[in-house]
Amino acid sequence: MPAELLEKFTAETGIEVTMDTYDSNESMLASLKAGALGTYDVAVPGDYMVSIMAGEGMLDTIADGELANKGNIAPEWADPSFDPGRKSSIPYQWGSTSFSVNTAAYSGEINDTSILFDPPAELSGKINMLDSQGGVMAQASLHLGMAQCETNRDMLKGLNAMLQEAKQHWASFNSDTAKEVMVSGDADVGMIYDGFAAKARAEKETLKYAFPSQGYVVWMDNVVLLKDAPNRENALKFMDFLLEPENIAAVSNYARYGHGVTGASEHLDPELATLPESNPPAGAGQGVFIEVCDEQTQAVYDQIWTNLKK
Amino acid sequence: MAAGAASGGSATTDTYASARNILLLPSWVVLGIFVLAPVLMMLIYSFLTKEFRGGVIWEFSLAAYDQFFFDRGLFGDDPAKIEWTYITIFWRSIWQAGAATILSLAIGFPTAYFIATRDEAVRPIWVFLITIPYWVNLLIRTVSMKFLLRDEGPMNDFLMNIGLIDSPIHIINTNFAVQLGLFYSYLPFMVLPIYAAVERYNFSMSEAAADLYATKWVTLRRIVLPAIKPGVIAGCILVFVPSLGSFLAPDLLGGAKNFMIGSLIEEQFKGNAGNWPFGAAASMILLSMVLIILMITARQQAKAEKAEG
Repeated sequence: MPAELLEKFTAETGIEVTMDTYDSNESMLASLKAGALGTYDVAVPGDYMVSIMAGEGMLDTIADGELANKGNIAPEWADPSFDPGRKSSIPYQWGSTSFSVNTAAYSGEINDTSILFDPPAELSGKINMLDSQGGVMAQASLHLGMAQCETNRDMLKGLNAMLQEAKQHWASFNSDTAKEVMVSGDADVGMIYDGFAAKARAEKETLKYAFPSQGYVVWMDNVVLLKDAPNRENALKFMDFLLEPENIAAVSNYARYGHGVTGASEHLDPELATLPESNPPAGAGQGVFIEVCDEQTQAVYDQIWTNLKK
Repeated sequence: MAAGAASGGSATTDTYASARNILLLPSWVVLGIFVLAPVLMMLIYSFLTKEFRGGVIWEFSLAAYDQFFFDRGLFGDDPAKIEWTYITIFWRSIWQAGAATILSLAIGFPTAYFIATRDEAVRPIWVFLITIPYWVNLLIRTVSMKFLLRDEGPMNDFLMNIGLIDSPIHIINTNFAVQLGLFYSYLPFMVLPIYAAVERYNFSMSEAAADLYATKWVTLRRIVLPAIKPGVIAGCILVFVPSLGSFLAPDLLGGAKNFMIGSLIEEQFKGNAGNWPFGAAASMILLSMVLIILMITARQQAKAEKAEG
């Protein structure tokens, strides 16, 4: 979040904001589970993590009328699968997770998940994957056209075998340096978030972000009201603040990701509207959220991931 | 507490005997809070039932250790076989840490010997020079290493420009890159204890050996090395143990394609798996292994000292 925006909030309301950051949804969950719940007012988890946190009883419910700007939430984000009716969350930023290809190294069709999982010879050994179980598994499921929480044993075995085979073509699993490995030329294909891909393209113009026809992962970060928030009133003021079109547009202009607030588009940098990374071409597959599986199914996916990285 | 006696120490009377307990209290409190309590917690957690998505249920369970040693297939209902996955991961880490230790010893010993044989006035400057790179954060040094080593990086550019190689040497994302990273990260821990030992070494013993027609090699092997052995062992432990649990170098330089002990444990707490008891169990197994190694070296050292009288 841009520091100026927090300063603006403090200037408007007199409320000081303390912000801590986490490197992943999972480490935020681990920290809250380890006793941090009750010390934070709001958190910014990704889509699937909102449902997990709700399931863990970590979220407070926003009653009707408590958020003055709730009506500003764009209709398509007002009733998401991970928080029906937006009971505890508001939209923050959204985007997609797909992959970029160095078109100088490969001139063929890039909107295809085979680039990652069954790559042409010239790309083999030059592929960086995100070091994220959820992202890799979801993209792999789309590649095989199976459900994200599959229970069919043969299909799961097939997924396991496909990943083992695909790994031989991969150079590395790096999330933190996902952009840097593409710009430096260590990798010619790299899983990457759309905002990072746009920044990478600005530094190396042969990089092109793919929207595979089999589908790709969409994510949305959300501001949630935590249970036992020590300053619940202030938390709601902060959420209202982030639902002001002008404020959320400032976040988008800074982070280069999409927002979910009606009327914010007027305040955006004009170039964001035409960014190739946030405007899927015709023929792009569907964007899907990462799904939350039950314990028994998840155990199999954990095992497949361990097999992949052992 | 006869700490001084085992090493043939000089103190026979304890000046502070009467106040010992009070003076030691702060150390005991710090050790208790920051070492013993966390280890105890880890031990307990490793025997609890895992809660889905992190956390534990307070019910005794051996599931974490069962998962470590027994393989029940993808779906958990095959007959149990020996699980090689985690043993392989541990073995890989031990091997990497061992290679880094040998590399550090090969470079660190001559370096330390060199420094210790300089004029007394300039030795602190050499030691100072050794430590300079380590003022920079480890993460930054590891990332810089990646920049240097990569296929299109300065090292390969240089070697190709001077005509030594025709195509880039592929180092990044290999095991060798990890060993190199670990070696670089922990080299001073090898140099400094060996330096301290060589500095104390009485070089007239080498002269005596030479007078008695010992070759340089024999002098090194039979006179110098035994005398500075404690420094070498300390250096090896100081490099090996942190290398074993490291995950920065494996992740950044090795490409994180394969788990190391450190990243395997990290994944149990921060990753998707969220299996705290298993992470605790893997930590306990690692801790036990390190303890056993340390105890064996301590015992051998004590034996060697006894033999020397």
